[in-house]
Amino acid sequence: MIAVSGVSKHYGDFAALDDVSIDIQPGALTALLGPSGSGKSTLLRVIAGLETPDTGSVVIEDRDVTNVPPQRRDIGFVFQHYAAFKHMTVRDNVGFGLKVRKRPKAEIDAKVDELLGIVGLAGYQERYPSQLSGGQRQRMALARALAVEPKVLLLDEPFGALDANVRAELRAWLRRLHEEVHVTTVLVTHDQEEAMELADRIVVLNKGRIEQVGAPRELYDAPANEFVMGFLGPVARLGDGLVRPHDLVLRPDPDGTAQEAQVTRIVHLGFEVRVELELAGDDGAIAAQLTRHELEQLEIAEGDIVFVRPGGRRFERPAVAEAPAPAEAPAPAVEPAA
Amino acid sequence: MAATAVTAPPKPGRTSASRRVGGRGLTGLGVGVVTLWLSVIVLLPLAALTAKSLDGGLSAFWDSVTSRQAIAALKFTLAVSVIVAVINAIAGVAIAWTLVRDEFPGRRVVNAVIDLPFAMPTIVAGITLLALWGPKSPVGVNLAFTQVSVALALLFVTLPFGVRAVQPVLIELDREMEEAAASLGASGPTIFRRIVLPNLMPAVLSGAALAFARAVGEFGSVVLISGNKPFDTQVSSVFIFKQIESDNATGAAAVSVVLLAVSLLMLIALRVIESWGSRHDR
Amino acid sequence: MTASPVGRLSIRVFALGYLALLLAIPIGVVLYRTFEPGVGAVIDSITTPAAVSAFWLTIEIAAIAVPLNTIFGIVAALVLVRTRIRGKWLLQAVIDLPFAISPVVIGLALFLLFGRTGWLGPTLTDWGIQVIFSVPGMVLATIFVCLPFVVREVAPVLREIGDEQEQAAATLGASRWQTFRRITLPAIRWGVAYGVVLSTARAIGEFGAVSVVSGKISGETVTLPLLVENRYSNFDLSGAYAASALLAVIALATLLAMTVLQRKGDSR
Repeated sequence: MIAVSGVSKHYGDFAALDDVSIDIQPGALTALLGPSGSGKSTLLRVIAGLETPDTGSVVIEDRDVTNVPPQRRDIGFVFQHYAAFKHMTVRDNVGFGLKVRKRPKAEIDAKVDELLGIVGLAGYQERYPSQLSGGQRQRMALARALAVEPKVLLLDEPFGALDANVRAELRAWLRRLHEEVHVTTVLVTHDQEEAMELADRIVVLNKGRIEQVGAPRELYDAPANEFVMGFLGPVARLGDGLVRPHDLVLRPDPDGTAQEAQVTRIVHLGFEVRVELELAGDDGAIAAQLTRHELEQLEIAEGDIVFVRPGGRRFERPAVAEAPAPAEAPAPAVEPAA
Repeated sequence: MAATAVTAPPKPGRTSASRRVGGRGLTGLGVGVVTLWLSVIVLLPLAALTAKSLDGGLSAFWDSVTSRQAIAALKFTLAVSVIVAVINAIAGVAIAWTLVRDEFPGRRVVNAVIDLPFAMPTIVAGITLLALWGPKSPVGVNLAFTQVSVALALLFVTLPFGVRAVQPVLIELDREMEEAAASLGASGPTIFRRIVLPNLMPAVLSGAALAFARAVGEFGSVVLISGNKPFDTQVSSVFIFKQIESDNATGAAAVSVVLLAVSLLMLIALRVIESWGSRHDR
Repeated sequence: MTASPVGRLSIRVFALGYLALLLAIPIGVVLYRTFEPGVGAVIDSITTPAAVSAFWLTIEIAAIAVPLNTIFGIVAALVLVRTRIRGKWLLQAVIDLPFAISPVVIGLALFLLFGRTGWLGPTLTDWGIQVIFSVPGMVLATIFVCLPFVVREVAPVLREIGDEQEQAAATLGASRWQTFRRITLPAIRWGVAYGVVLSTARAIGEFGAVSVVSGKISGETVTLPLLVENRYSNFDLSGAYAASALLAVIALATLLAMTVLQRKGDSR
């Protein structure tokens, strides 16, 4: 649907994008995930035509649009800070794209009303953006982008400027909208939880390069490298590799390759418990995540000595910086927790 | 999450303004000084002007203001000032645009030079324009003593107003609005017409109003190049000056009061424009 | 991004062309004309007794008007921003008045107040004080026209920095004067400097108002701008140019100071 090939973009010495190639599936919601400066927004803007790449090409639906301005790419773009036309009413905002295409007024009005209904802003036609809350402005921006029935919907950290609870609400709402409307959507975010919740596929970027592409579950369970593993969820370093805190197994007695550690603190976080451990031999401190049930089974307390080993998948740091060690086969069904 | 008793925030202390700078006394002193100063320097002279203009009674006032020459000067002054304001609005936008959105060698120099008419004595401005457009013009164009020359002089001195009113607004303009419009299919000129210009309009009008107010009262740059021909190139400020020279201070005062009223109207208009312009800001 | 290359170029050509025609070329021509008879002639022209006294008078008036106006400006800005009196809009309006009034009207108003036949005329004559047709009147006129400059530059700065630092100083035991001197003043210094530069430029170049109140008594009440006009009216073209050149140099120095200070103010 969208094929980005060999795209690079430099700002002076800084490489925002370094030879990036990616295919975006039609009809899916793809997330571009990464930390600040990873190039995700730049990539999105290159797809939109708001930035021109130094090298490479962008093809949308078999049409090479690398040198086509954003006006003619048939895209919809939603900005982090809404970019509302503050001097126009909500109606004029949402109808802008159609007005520019010289549609008849009746058609525009009908479409605007329909879209405002879909985004939950029915009745707000005559308001001005300054009279709307942040969440409402963003929904208006979405309606505005969808009004021209774009082939691709591009969202640049759309919920970044909103309060946490509004963010959560709109996140769920966007997923539902996508199920209904099914436009090919590309979403930029730095929030891995958001990406995991919304996306069919996630593209992880770091320092202008793609680290891994895959479904959320895939990325979480089989990360291609340390960066992806660390970015998508909590990690604990044990010996030579990284483990998920909830994949650490604690035993009161020595158990094969398990490492000795002392319990420094037990923090009850409701259903989950965080057990902070000081590894023997000055190997540092890590934290394991247990359920309350598991903790009760163990009958350990602060100050006790326990033995800890990875019980599930773990990622080993490559010894000679080559291909990563294959992920361990999944552990047999949960250790009998007595 | 265990419920913890939250300590109530301390009651906000009374921070009345008088306690801020250092007491009611200091505020009073400051206000007193300012009021006294303004009264002596500004208000009293203007009061004297208004009072003296009525020295010969209302009918004399009216006669002075409606004399053929006075009216001709006023008409010309207002007309040329409006034209100058309009030209400034257009040129101001173009120049501000070039300074903000365009890149060319020497941009910083050009930016600094815009303020030159502001820093320059008005009489020097007049002489400068005379050198190029006057009797000894190197390109043989002699506009001295014409109405165009007055317009030229006024355009010169009001240049900074048009540009500097628009420039900061253009700098602050949300580029994403323009990008959003582009993503929706709007071409460059359409974006300018529907997005940029409406957001620039209050600043453009402000600049035009300031230019108008300055042009209406301008004297130094106009007095030499206009030749001061009554009923032709004479502006109100020069007319008033001539009346003073002819010992007709009362008549001069009368026309001055009219000019003053025009200035005050302009100031009010400016305030209105400013508040109208920020109506969509939040 | 929004303008096509052709569009951008045509706007640039229009803007720069306008500026060239209105500003650059006339200035170039006058510079040429001024130094045509040679630098020596120019120096001679600006060192005549009349010119020298005009120069010093201009400086003297500015040296009195600008500091007074600066103090007023700072006090007025503090009153506008840091107090909560009522009727601030009126104060602001009166301060803005000089921007909107014709210099000739200003001169006339002062004449009608302080002149021999003015409101205060008889009283002043009794006390033996002459304001109009004398230096004090010219100082007053200059103060009038320069009034808004310092206030308008300092007030926004005061507003922007807020009074938290001043409050902190007070809680630490600083007296009002100490707070002002050590906290407020340093914070506003670039605004003050910029305002001073603008006032000075205006004070030195003022023509219309001073013209009315001066009486043009040669050697006594003729400032440099008045001298320029005088010479031109007496067909001493090169003399007028020379005196203009001197004023222009001062104007350029002002412009330079403005640009430098703007940069300083922005980088804070």
